[in-house]
This record gives sequence, structure tokens and C-alpha cells, in this order.
Amino acid sequence: MDLSVSIGALELRNPLMSASGCFGYGVEYADVVDLSTLGAVVVKGLFLNERDGHRPPRIVETPSGMLNAIGLQGIGVHRFIREKMPELRRLRAVVIVNICGTTIAEYAELARMLSDVEGVAALELNISCPNIKEGGITFGCDLTNTHQVVSGVRRATALPVIPKLTPNVTDIASFARAAEDAGADAVSLVNTFLAMAIDVERRRPVLSNVTGGLSGPAIRPIAVRMVYECARHVRIPVIGIGGIASARDALEFMIAGATAVQVGTANFVDPFIWPKLLSGLEEYLVRHRLERIRDVIGSLETGAEPHSHESTPRCT
Amino acid sequence: MPIDVEAEVLWNRRLSPDYNVLALAAPAIGARVEPGQFVMVKTARGQDPLLRRPFSVFEILHADDGTPTGFTILNKRVGTGTARLYVAMPGQTFSCLGPLGRPFTLVDPPVEAWMVAGGVGLAPFATLAERLRERGCLVTLFYGARQAHELFAVDLFKNMAVRVVLATEDGSCGVRGLVSEPLADELERREPDAPLMLYACGPEAMLIAVSQLGAVHRRPSQLAMERVMGCGMGGCFSCVVRVRDGEGGMRYVRSCIEGPVFRGEDVVWE
Repeated sequence: MDLSVSIGALELRNPLMSASGCFGYGVEYADVVDLSTLGAVVVKGLFLNERDGHRPPRIVETPSGMLNAIGLQGIGVHRFIREKMPELRRLRAVVIVNICGTTIAEYAELARMLSDVEGVAALELNISCPNIKEGGITFGCDLTNTHQVVSGVRRATALPVIPKLTPNVTDIASFARAAEDAGADAVSLVNTFLAMAIDVERRRPVLSNVTGGLSGPAIRPIAVRMVYECARHVRIPVIGIGGIASARDALEFMIAGATAVQVGTANFVDPFIWPKLLSGLEEYLVRHRLERIRDVIGSLETGAEPHSHESTPRCT
Repeated sequence: MPIDVEAEVLWNRRLSPDYNVLALAAPAIGARVEPGQFVMVKTARGQDPLLRRPFSVFEILHADDGTPTGFTILNKRVGTGTARLYVAMPGQTFSCLGPLGRPFTLVDPPVEAWMVAGGVGLAPFATLAERLRERGCLVTLFYGARQAHELFAVDLFKNMAVRVVLATEDGSCGVRGLVSEPLADELERREPDAPLMLYACGPEAMLIAVSQLGAVHRRPSQLAMERVMGCGMGGCFSCVVRVRDGEGGMRYVRSCIEGPVFRGEDVVWE
């Protein structure tokens, strides 16, 4: 049985990845999961420098989901390379580094630095974090900026480049296409939905940042629709993200057109989920008499031609 | 390394309209847990609630021959998840992930241990007292609550020959006022060269008071911090505590893996 998939030149043993920001730097989970059994480990978003992040409270549970506003606390790329990469190499993890900058030059600088690091398999560009004012989302909510930052990184590295898209736009497929035109090897989507929770007794926002990003099963149907739209509009692979908590959910994204998937919130609930997801994918292939998981990708049968998605992109 | 146990409810003892002690069958966790460590409990199957909730281990349960059979948690009904644990029935199961976090650092005689507990913050001290008593330490529990009927398990500590000092805000039992007040009095009277370790768990205001008293009287303290936690494993960066980094700066660290126990002098109160 063949679970392998390809993201550009990158061959993955299976389509399962940890979602950035939901798996620490990977090493935190080395005791409970063999990191080499994941298709890839996508580590927490890194800036050039260390970042403190927001004041607590940083998360709150909501119906079938959670809001977070961590604020991209992180150790910075230098410490990551020095302190985390040796362990990740030893554990034979396929490492995708999520990078974030406030300028295109900073993204490019990060890309250059990480290109020379043994064991880094690809770069995911965080142009979609809804929780910080500077950088990130200012690139991901504008088609021209998206094109420019992807182009800038493209020129700086030979590693596969995977922009992570925000769902907080009117037409996400146009952003996927802008990324493709700029030379991206794949796109990953979706990041979290900008959202809010209020403590009605105190009449205050629950999160110190006021707003946060919604993740978890609550967002899954919207994410599936967005992956479906993007996969129809680009030729590069789409990596599906959004509330995946079972093999069934992963397959839903793959049938919609995702080549691989990322699992985030569900790993908080069950850090032992990874072998369960893998065996669930294998069982599905057996049940459907399929040899290769690749044959599932984009295998949706709609029966009718869906109407097109022509609209003006707009940041919400 | 933590494990995930589908733990059966052995019994559920209601202590008040808000508090209960829930006994869970999880021999492997009971055998490994150290005082101060915690367990992430999934309070419902499915997605409501979605995330696990962190609980200090209250007591370790043993069979007649002494082998561990599980543990208990001291639960206070606050939200949906804790309400489910309050009404849990024997035979029901809950997924328990643990043990997690860094435990208390134990002391040896002649160092005395003074444990300071506020409300549900009593939880980590039953196992801590047991271990310290085994080592021959003199142990005192300063234990505060709003009123008398919210003070629980006092006999459990007295049976371990722990000296117990009680405080209630309404004066219905022990000293009237906050538990930090009798603590302050006794610290004042204590011989400066008689060694002492303060351990504390409870509301943030109480932890601040204990760390400040520790600083004034030059006594080390260990604080078990309670934070909103997403994963318990270091994955989400939500449960952070502000600490001094030893180089004149401050930073957020994850209380699930660098805590939940912190040295009082390291914590920066926000």
C-alpha cells in the first residue's frame, strides 16, 4: 500500500503533517510519537528574532473549536537552528519551517539562512496570522503583496516554498493563483478564522488580544470548501488544513483536492492521534480497493459543473 | 513520557454542591506521578468540550498490597467540563493523559515544609505531604477558603501528622481572613536560621502574597501555577508564565513543560 505523496520535488512518506503552531518545535512530542512516521513536521512560526507573544489569556474554547491569540511567541531562527534542528535531524523528521517576517527582505533573509541548514525540507510562509499587526497577514490579504513576498522568497531559496493562506478574504482561490504565479511549489490552507469571544459577566473580551483565530472541527466545512475552490484553480499541490480530527476528515480534504493535510487542534486533544490517522487512511484504501493514496486526491465526483467563483478579493 | 489511559471512574465523592473527589483507575499513571505533576482529562467524548482540562493529582490510590491502582482529582464545578466530572458515575471512563509537568523539588530534614493552599489549590499537597513525611520532614499546611464548608480533607493531612492551620474569609473556621495572614505571622516568629521551604498553590493573589512574604523573610518558595492550558505538552504556547531569565530580562515560558511548579523568585506578576 502506498501512502506517499509529492509536494513539488518533495516526496513525503504519507500526507500527514503537523500544523504550524500546534506542535511546538516538534521535539516536544518526540516522547509520544515517532516523528519520522509523519509526512512532515511543520514547526512553529519563526521570525529572525525571538518574540515574546501576547499576554495571557491566549486561548479560549468555543463550540467544537478554540480561539487563539498567541502572538507568535518564538525563539527566533538562530536559536531554532542551534537548539532544535540537531534533535529533529536525529529523529529523522522531515522538517518544514514556517517563517514569518515584517518585510519581504526579512522573509528572504530567513529563506536564505534556512536553505543552508541540513534537514530543512521546505519552507511554509506565514502570510496569514490574524493575531499580530505587523507582517504576516498584511501580505496575505493583498494579491500584489502575496505575489511579491512569494517572489522574493522564491528568488532566495531552492527549497520548496509553500505560502500558508488566510481564509479571511473573499476569494481565496485568487490568492492561491497569485502564489502559483509567483513561483510557489504548493499552497497550504487555511490558517485560522478571525474571531472573538466575550465574557458577558465582565463585558470584556476573553483574550488579551481582543480577537483571535478560530480553529478546530467548527471550521472544517468552510476549510474543505476553500481547498476545493483552490485545487480547481491552481496546478500546484494544495495542502488542506482546518479541523481535521480523524482519517475520515483527512480524506474529505484529499477528495476535495488536497495532496496532503495538516493536523493542528486535534493534536492538542490527542497527541497519540498520528498512528490512528495513518491506520485509518490504510483501512480506507483497503476498503476501496485502492493501491495508492494519490488516487484519492481530487477524486470528488460532483455530478454537475459547479458555478465559477469570480469575485473581488477583499480582506475582512 | 506521558501515557493516555482510558480510566474508569472507581468512585465519586461529593464534598459540597461545587466540589467532588473523583477516583480514576489508571495504575500506570498512579505508579509514575510525582507531587506537583498534572493530568489532562478529556471530560467528554467528541467535541463538547473539545479540549482536555488540567488537574493536579490529589491522591494516589493503592491496592491492599500497595501497588498503585489509580489516582484521584479534586474537582471544582466551574464550567461545562468540570460539571461533567462532578456528576460522573462509576463505570464511566475518561481519557487521562499524564503524568505531565515538572514536579515539586522535595526537601530533607532539617528543612521544614510549609504548604500554603487556597481553595482547590489544596490538590497537589496530599501527595507532597506524604512524600515529605516519608523523608522525615516536619510539614505544616496553611489552608484557606471562603467559608468552613469549603475546607476539605483536613483529616487526611492530620492523619499524616501534618500540622494544619486553617483560615476562612468569613471566620467560620480557623483564623478570620486570608491564609497569607497566619503565614505572615508565623514567618515573623520563625527563627531566621531554622531552614524552611514554602510550597504554594491557589489563586494568583495568594501566590503573589506567598512569593512576596518569601522575599521579605528570605525564604525560598515553590509555586504551582494554574493557567488556561490547551495541550499540556508544550505544543500550543497558551499556558505561559512570565519569568525572569537570569540575565536581567523577562520572558514567557510554557507552564505545562517548564512548570507548573516555579520558584517564587522567578515569577513576574502581570
